[in-house]
Amino acid sequence: MASDYTLNKASVPAKVVIKDLYKIFGTNPKMGLQHVRNGVNKTDLLDQYGQVLGLRDINVEMGEGQITVIMGLSGSGKSTLIRHLNRLIEPTAGEILVDGVDVMSYSKSQLRELRQSQMSMVFQKFALLPHRSVLVNAGMAMRIRGEEEDAINAEAYKWLERVGLKGVENQYPHQLSGGMQQRVGIARALTSNAPIMLMDEAFSALDPLIRTDMQNLLLELQKDLHKTIVFITHDLDEALKIADHLVILKDGHTVQQGEPQDILLNPCDPYIEDFVGDINRARVLRARSIMLPLSGELPSDTQGQVDHDDTLESIIARSGGDISHGFIVTKEGTPVGTIDMTAVLKALVPRISTDTGVRNY
Amino acid sequence: MAAYDWFFDTVGLREWCNATKSEGTMSMADLLAKANGGAAETSWWEVPFPSLDTLNKSCEAVIRTRDFTASIEQAFLGVKDKMKVVLDPLTQPLSWMLDGALSLFVGTPWWLLIALMLMLTYYASRNVLVTIFVAFSFFLLAFIDHYTYAVQTLSIIFVCTILSVLMGVPIGIAMSKSNTFQRFTIPILDMLQTLPSFVYLIPLIFLFSVTESKLYGIAIIMYAIVPVVRLTDLGIRLVDKDVIEAANAFGMTSRQKLFGVEIPLALPNIMAGINQTIMMALAMVVIASLVSAPGLGTLVLRGIRNLELGVGLVSGFAIVLLAVVLDRVSKASLARINAAQSH
Repeated sequence: MASDYTLNKASVPAKVVIKDLYKIFGTNPKMGLQHVRNGVNKTDLLDQYGQVLGLRDINVEMGEGQITVIMGLSGSGKSTLIRHLNRLIEPTAGEILVDGVDVMSYSKSQLRELRQSQMSMVFQKFALLPHRSVLVNAGMAMRIRGEEEDAINAEAYKWLERVGLKGVENQYPHQLSGGMQQRVGIARALTSNAPIMLMDEAFSALDPLIRTDMQNLLLELQKDLHKTIVFITHDLDEALKIADHLVILKDGHTVQQGEPQDILLNPCDPYIEDFVGDINRARVLRARSIMLPLSGELPSDTQGQVDHDDTLESIIARSGGDISHGFIVTKEGTPVGTIDMTAVLKALVPRISTDTGVRNY
Repeated sequence: MAAYDWFFDTVGLREWCNATKSEGTMSMADLLAKANGGAAETSWWEVPFPSLDTLNKSCEAVIRTRDFTASIEQAFLGVKDKMKVVLDPLTQPLSWMLDGALSLFVGTPWWLLIALMLMLTYYASRNVLVTIFVAFSFFLLAFIDHYTYAVQTLSIIFVCTILSVLMGVPIGIAMSKSNTFQRFTIPILDMLQTLPSFVYLIPLIFLFSVTESKLYGIAIIMYAIVPVVRLTDLGIRLVDKDVIEAANAFGMTSRQKLFGVEIPLALPNIMAGINQTIMMALAMVVIASLVSAPGLGTLVLRGIRNLELGVGLVSGFAIVLLAVVLDRVSKASLARINAAQSH
């Protein structure tokens, strides 16, 4: 299946690599591991051996400076997986490589060092210190490292302003709204200046409008900062919006991973088809995913140009609903392909209708 | 013939019974039975429970209950001297602290002490009404000549509460960190809390001389330490798991986590524990007047012993007033802490 996937974008070196990761919760994980390797599934493992399968044979490469989104329904093991990266949860078997070094070989103090300066984390329930002001919360990571108070506050002010919280530095978390609290959470992660940022359902507790704001904030920050972000979500729209690399988990194993557009156009599993059936494809798919690459001459019968990152929704709007239209696709000004409205419409048809009942997966 | 003769006869222990036969002390019932010309055959309806005393009648080798309690006393007296060698120097500082605080409190002029206490009250509670109430209470106590007694009681509570907190908070933290230690500690706390307060005093009287102040100091601390231990443990266990996870995820050391996150967030619970500890220390200091603890308790004792109704009632009222003062002051400071970190 998809587990033998490796990052095919040669230009992006892997920052974090997870290899053959297994996690079994229970009284005898080693015994459970043996059974899982022999092909016992999650339900049987619980019924017959009383062990809970957390993760099975996870192989993921997370590219440097990219947003890797891990998506799955509740119970799929996504929150367990992200906690393995900084070893808040210890794996039963497998390797976690950060910059090529196995985190599993770290001593307690090396691990603390990793958490203090290599990885920051943003939490679903914000997890701010309720008895400390916003400013102190934002500077938490540097304060743990024992840096100068002035330097800490300067950094904290800077990042609080960057996430749009200027002026509330001396308030306490309970005085802020959920969205503002999570901005403090993000500022706290950014102040730590760690190259890797783990975001555990960071926006799931926020209401939809605020969530969109926060997604835009994250994308905007990422444009400048190029952090290696690992983002957990159960919301496919959110995943498609921000992911460079999408990993879909089900019952503790990866069902499919790859570029979001690829997954949307070529779902390899009924589970994923069911998932992607619900979303607004026109808003997610982009011209580059369905265009025909340019071969020789530019066609003359086109009605204009679209950017390769334009969504199909915007192309439909451009065409005014006329299915005879066609466009030239450009990337940074130079033509790279062509697209016609028939292809656009075809791309909008899911491979399986959601009504045919694959929901029992 | 006693009720269980048949048992020892059938099991074949008669010889063992008779081997230790001696003319021990006789109970009144035995004497009466003898006078009536031997015990009548007991009917099945009246068969007594085979307790130690009953069995002893049939077989003198079985000890009586009063021998049993006497042997416990002997065992305690046997180890007492050895225990004293260790416990005496260990607890001696407690005597010094209690005596020191007592002479300090009593030695300070009344106007200075009351002023200091009012300042402390205001600093802890930031509440003018509570401070006025405390002032009123102390002037009332002083006006009816109960000031010295009240201050003695207060000084004992002061020392015992501080020591209870100094020992209880670390024990509570250790309990919250280790489930094994918690399992082992909770039965002890349960026992300390349910043991009738007079029973505490009995082994202590044997161990230390009644004139030593540490005797009542130990009794008060043992009784009053329980709530602060329990609530520290509870408070730290109740700290939001998400916040603890965040602390771990950012690489806090255990020490940073304890002092920067756990204790501050557990503080409302710890303060509630201290409030209870103060109340229990006050309850015990009254009983401890039986073993020479000075203060309002001695007046209550005088009221009971000499049947001086007025003295007993007025000192009882004074204790209530002191309890209300201590409760309101500690509750007001607790409320201040709660307000500072409510969320």
